[in-house]
Amino acid sequence: MLVLAFDTATPAVTAAIYDGARVLAESTTIDARRHGELLVPAVQAVLREAGATPRELTAIVAGTGPGPYTGLRVGLATAQALAAAAQVPAYGVCTLDALAHAADMSRPFIAATDARRKEVFWARYAADGTREAGPFVDRPHDLPAELPVIGAGGLMYAEVIGPHRVQSAPEHPWAGALAAITVARIAEGAELDPPLPIYLRRPDAQEPGAPKRVTA
Amino acid sequence: MADQPLVLGIETSCDETGVGIVRGHTLLANTIASSVEQHARFGGVVPEVASRAHLEAMTPAVERALAEAGVGFGDIDAIAVTAGPGLAGALLVGVAAAKAYSLGLGVPLYGVNHLAAHVAVDQLEHGPLPKPCVALLVSGGHSSLLLVPDVARDVISLGSTVDDAAGEAFDKVARVLGLPFPGGPHIDREARDGSGTAVAFPRGKYDDGTLDFSFSGLKTAVARWVEARRAAGESIHVPDVAASFQEAVVDVLTRKAIAACRRYDVRDLLIGGGVAANSRLRALARERCQAAGIRLRVPRPGLCTDNGAMVAALGADLVSGGAAPSALTIPADSSLPITTVHV
Repeated sequence: MLVLAFDTATPAVTAAIYDGARVLAESTTIDARRHGELLVPAVQAVLREAGATPRELTAIVAGTGPGPYTGLRVGLATAQALAAAAQVPAYGVCTLDALAHAADMSRPFIAATDARRKEVFWARYAADGTREAGPFVDRPHDLPAELPVIGAGGLMYAEVIGPHRVQSAPEHPWAGALAAITVARIAEGAELDPPLPIYLRRPDAQEPGAPKRVTA
Repeated sequence: MADQPLVLGIETSCDETGVGIVRGHTLLANTIASSVEQHARFGGVVPEVASRAHLEAMTPAVERALAEAGVGFGDIDAIAVTAGPGLAGALLVGVAAAKAYSLGLGVPLYGVNHLAAHVAVDQLEHGPLPKPCVALLVSGGHSSLLLVPDVARDVISLGSTVDDAAGEAFDKVARVLGLPFPGGPHIDREARDGSGTAVAFPRGKYDDGTLDFSFSGLKTAVARWVEARRAAGESIHVPDVAASFQEAVVDVLTRKAIAACRRYDVRDLLIGGGVAANSRLRALARERCQAAGIRLRVPRPGLCTDNGAMVAALGADLVSGGAAPSALTIPADSSLPITTVHV
């Protein structure tokens, strides 16, 4: 088994090759503005390091967000096109699930990422990392009270959420976790999601009224 | 024929997801998925709506193009993609997909200039371009005059709009006249029943000696004229206003295009971009070129509007000319200058 995983729904551009037991190669760069430039070279680098070609992959999995849309679409367009070209299946996993998977928690918690516009994308997880509610997009002060919060969405709004609730790690999702989740879901016989984006917001656009007058 | 490169071209700079396949200068497929209907109620292209539509349409459009061309992924020699100029988020979907196809198929990638591709596409219909030629590119996003010594290597900007693009003026005037978006085809249709000399609308930068354009003042003049008539309780003959506005636009466009040919002693003019589908622009250009002894080339409307075949055509020129492929690190550049034919 050889799974290529990557995620571009946060400032982290993360890619990994996973053989079902361990991560053979990985690459993570934090740069919120260059997903399009960084992702495919990162994929090429992890494939090379693992000694694999695209056609040898068992599956490709991409984080489906939620996350800022322009970066998110880079990952999903890449997953869909690479899967088509290499003739391998492509799947999607919620980015917050990957974040939660890497958390070391003994009680229910919230995973949150930056949604911009003073909001966070978030979901609620059981202690074992199973998603119980979400994903949603809300203002940080509207997050459910008391539960600890992991992810950059907690860190950047620690003052609003309450510093005692905010965990310092993990901050960003990691592609190795995306791959491990996918392999576990395949093993369970669970249905996998397609590599399609979770937006949670409609596009900003207003229908125009009558044309503006140009004469006084 | 088989020694010509088989190139798949991807175009996502605005609201059309275009995928074209060519072998050299032979067109094999030209698939377009447009999100124009989703933008119509907003009166213009909404970038986020366009970007979402590109992601939905991208891989299905490639599959359709392959089927239309009767080729498989294994036959493709190179991937070409519009790297700019255009809407940043929209471009990025195509660039990301193109890189993934390039990596997945193990074939080179060519990131190309959208405007140069609008010039190169004519070769699919009318054969190799004369060197040099002058190109007038007019669309909702661009109004440019280019000197083209060699479309794959050397394109020089002679002038461009200083404010609105010509197509943008068509959209805005259509709104004033109560016609739907996109305005171009509706104004063209209305104008057929009107007189181009009914109203003397201003021609911006008509005699300024430059090869630049300005359409913002014209658009405002039409709005003022219409408002004044309505305020006076007079009825407006939409076909006359449409025809007179259209005449002002195409008069300036063709006048400056001919002037560019004369100034640079070029005997061949090419017109491309979505506004090149305008029937009056085609007719007046034909008339004035004939009078000036200039040969005119205008691709058929399906190749004038944004499409993937134009990107593939320029890609094929780059492959044949031995140009270096683009790195997988190339960005989508929303303001890519015309002097950069490929990145």
